[in-house]
Amino acid sequence: MSADSDHFESVAQRAQAVRLALGVFLASETLLFTAILALVVGYRATWPEAFAFGVHHNTKVLGSINTVVLLTSSTSLAVALEMLRTGRRRVATALTLFTAACGVAFLAIKITEYEHHFAEGIYPGGRGAFFVAHPIAGLPAFWTLYFLATGFHGVHVLAGVGAVGYRAIRMPDATEIHRFEATALYWHFVDLVWLFLWPLFYLA
Amino acid sequence: MTALPIPPGAAHDERSFWTTATTIKSWLVTTDHKRIGILYFVATTSMLFLGGIFAIIIRLEHLTPGPTIVSAETYNRLFTLHGVIMVWLYMIPSIPAGFGNFLVPLQIGATEVAFPRLNLASFYVYVIGAAVVIGSLFAGGVDTGWTFYAPYSARTPATVLPTLIGIFIVGCSTILGGINFIVTIHTMRLRGLGWMRMPLFTWTIYATSIIQILATPVLGIALTVIGLDHTFDWGLFDPARGGDPVLLQHLFWFYSHPAVYIMILPAMGVVSEVIPTFAHKNPYSYRAIVYSTLGIAFVGFLTWGHHMFVAGISRFDAAAFGLLSMLVAIFSAIKVFTWVGTLFRGSIELAVPLLYVFSFFFLFTFGGMTGVAVATMSLDVHWHDTYFVVAHFHFIMVGATFTAFLSAIHYWFPKVTGRLYARKPALVGWALVTLGFLVTFTPQFLLGNGGMPRRYYDDPVGFSVLHVISTMGSWLLTLGMFVVLGVIVHGVARGAKAGPNPWHSRSFEWRTASPPPKRNFVGPIDFNIGAYAYDVADEP
Amino acid sequence: MIVLPDLARHALGLPVEATPTAASVDSLHAAVITTTLVGTACVAAVTFVFVLRYRRTREAPAATPRIVASGFREWLTASAVLALFVGFWAVGYVQYTSIERPPSGTLVVYVTAKQWMWQFTYADGRSSEDVLVVRAGTPFELVMTSRDVIHSFFVPSFRIKQDTIPGRWVTLYVDAAAPGSYPIYCAEFCGVAHSHMLGEVRVLDEADYAVWEREATHDGYAARGREVAASHGCLSCHALDGQKRAGPSFAGLYGSRVPLDDGRVVIADEAYLTHSIVDPLADRVAGYPAMMPSYHGQLSAEETGALLELIRSLRDTLPTQGRVP
Repeated sequence: MSADSDHFESVAQRAQAVRLALGVFLASETLLFTAILALVVGYRATWPEAFAFGVHHNTKVLGSINTVVLLTSSTSLAVALEMLRTGRRRVATALTLFTAACGVAFLAIKITEYEHHFAEGIYPGGRGAFFVAHPIAGLPAFWTLYFLATGFHGVHVLAGVGAVGYRAIRMPDATEIHRFEATALYWHFVDLVWLFLWPLFYLA
Repeated sequence: MTALPIPPGAAHDERSFWTTATTIKSWLVTTDHKRIGILYFVATTSMLFLGGIFAIIIRLEHLTPGPTIVSAETYNRLFTLHGVIMVWLYMIPSIPAGFGNFLVPLQIGATEVAFPRLNLASFYVYVIGAAVVIGSLFAGGVDTGWTFYAPYSARTPATVLPTLIGIFIVGCSTILGGINFIVTIHTMRLRGLGWMRMPLFTWTIYATSIIQILATPVLGIALTVIGLDHTFDWGLFDPARGGDPVLLQHLFWFYSHPAVYIMILPAMGVVSEVIPTFAHKNPYSYRAIVYSTLGIAFVGFLTWGHHMFVAGISRFDAAAFGLLSMLVAIFSAIKVFTWVGTLFRGSIELAVPLLYVFSFFFLFTFGGMTGVAVATMSLDVHWHDTYFVVAHFHFIMVGATFTAFLSAIHYWFPKVTGRLYARKPALVGWALVTLGFLVTFTPQFLLGNGGMPRRYYDDPVGFSVLHVISTMGSWLLTLGMFVVLGVIVHGVARGAKAGPNPWHSRSFEWRTASPPPKRNFVGPIDFNIGAYAYDVADEP
Repeated sequence: MIVLPDLARHALGLPVEATPTAASVDSLHAAVITTTLVGTACVAAVTFVFVLRYRRTREAPAATPRIVASGFREWLTASAVLALFVGFWAVGYVQYTSIERPPSGTLVVYVTAKQWMWQFTYADGRSSEDVLVVRAGTPFELVMTSRDVIHSFFVPSFRIKQDTIPGRWVTLYVDAAAPGSYPIYCAEFCGVAHSHMLGEVRVLDEADYAVWEREATHDGYAARGREVAASHGCLSCHALDGQKRAGPSFAGLYGSRVPLDDGRVVIADEAYLTHSIVDPLADRVAGYPAMMPSYHGQLSAEETGALLELIRSLRDTLPTQGRVP
């Protein structure tokens, strides 16, 4: 063990600490996204037509492709962990890099979606030609919340790409596998959050 | 006379954590939880004095009903920043990050927290956040009140964004610290030290950390949307764009009510340590204290709507929040009974820390019961947004938490410094602080009863006498704080040597030298005799 | 219902109890505050007794007995205290809901809060600023909203308060009040003049109210408004007959669409007019010079109200020389 962690009695204790730390961190992140979702659900209850209209006009195809991208990336990362556990490091590294690439793809598609929205005259704050053309009460709230939620989620995906990419470069060995588990858990969480955003903003 | 067996050599051979390295750099890049605790203590206490200066100016403004020393714009910024600085830069981090960092590993028989470098990083994140908040003063400061209600917070001509960013950053520090404490307490306890044998202060740090990691992210979102609405006109709470200002209040108070429990639970932990030590007696019910601590942490998340009884919420919501508020009050009542019961058949020594705790008893009980009063809905209709509420929360935050903070300083002074403070001046400080507090805030209950609204620059007719009394009290309180500061500084520089356990406490942190060595304990650690085993005789 | 003796009311700093609701609320207040004082006194007393009785002497014992509370005693105490608190909550709930539920046939007054004034509109279409006039002994219902940010309508003597929220209407029921004049405060921070957003509830007895109803007609107020406009120099720039001078004419102004110099078009309603009196260069009418001085702090609420009544009285006047642009 490095000098930095000699306050731990054993690797097992350090592994337990790292896993618990990530679990606690994810509990915290859950509340972060719950707060955003509370706003979404609250406004959705007040403006059902506006939300239905917004969902209808959203970039469903791109959004759904993104869902597939994230699910694929979580799968590849889970397999990578298993590969690491069974000692197949090169495969694990490749799959981890693939996961990071999926994350990049997600962000690229998201940016494309945003460009599409802007082209249609949809901006946060209810600004843009779209709102002039469709003066539906509550419609600005739908789109502003969409940007808020996907924005926060996007930042988390970006951080995840960094973490997963870093993990791919610095693959831990068998005694430090909890570091990989922690990264994987974070990535799965980010995927899970998307599985809540996707139906709320893209499906009816 | 030593109270309990200290491993041989601890008091003599091992250098204390102060002397193992003495360069400034060794302090700035330390990963020693004790040094980080002291860094936090110095930083947060400085913020206390900064927030206090704003309070003095606010009270000076109320010496006359009309304009006195500042303009209305300045006044509004002063009370906002007083709240922001006191809540986020002092009250929330002070006891957990200062005393918690120093004591928790000692109290559980560990050499360090789980993540020492993360601990140091949390401190620097705090410093950066605090710097941004203070820097925002130079940008003109915010005037919305620390509660940032919409739509005013979206429309105010004041600059809001820098302050929000600063608070957000400090919030990240809080979350990181909370993670560290939770993991430490779960994984680093001495082998054989079960949960129900842990010192009560550590229990409160644990519960506080749980609240912190769950509630603070919600604040982060609230601050973000307020900032986006103000700076980029996102209009999320603009009725013209379908926004609901009341929804922001729900989001804000969902965090801010548990936040007050973040501010009181560690203080209650201090009380739970000081009383057994100076009454030389086991707690009347260890279990009751633990369960009421957890009860407050859990139920405290369900009561936020009692800040919104007149905000336009439904009757049903108001009733539910009111009832749950009564429930959460019971946990505090249980603690008070348990603490008083601990004195029964004890052997009570009137040390300065215990005197502060007695001030706490009185002020917390009274202040807490005024909390029950404002939770009574029809009464809150009259009191909401008046000085009654201001008095209520200052009774708890200053009368209870700050008093407990002072008790903690005096109690653990020998543990941290290895010296004793001078008792007589400390008594003077205690008396001035307690009296000054009472004179400052008791009249504010009467102001509130009369209908004096809060956040008022100019006072309506008929409230002057009480305002003047309150202002004079603030001078007395300030004097007391400076006396205490003097006692601390003098004690650090010239206090008499204390020995490892001058109070003959059974609690675990006293089973090593004072100040502790860098690695906390030397030799095998023996926690078989419990932290509150006052029925076990002192060793000769 | 216990009627709070005057001495107790003064000791607690409470204002007069101007309505039956206020008296009920004060009864509950008395019960709660008594419990608070008694509870605190008990804690203090018991602590004091224990400290005296069990203080540490020179023959300090090496150990103290280990005493743990019985679970039963803990539950009993906690339950008793909880029952007391729930009792407070229950009474508080009943009182709280009663201030929302007006009986039918109640007089309605519409309240609009705006930075930094109160506007009251009565059922017959009359308006007043900052002064709410009602008849003693008659319950009334306030239907309230805000024009800009959250304010809060607070009358300490009635023990009532309700936040006014932009984009929503909220109601508050005020039961029969005793004659007198009672301050209104804004109780939700709303900006730089929050502490100046004061008003008055003027509760008039039967006879005085009848007089007010007669006098406070459009004509009565409007005439007063003409006096105010003359004495404060308004008429030198604002004609009453449609002439365009340094300022727009008041004729046909009220309720009309007014183009501003920055391109916006606003309706000249009470809010716009009062704002223009206080901050004339903020929303200046297009085509007029930026000359009008501010009257901030120079007009009383009554004078402002009268001016508005004057302008309202001219709403249907056709201007004799050109229309207001």
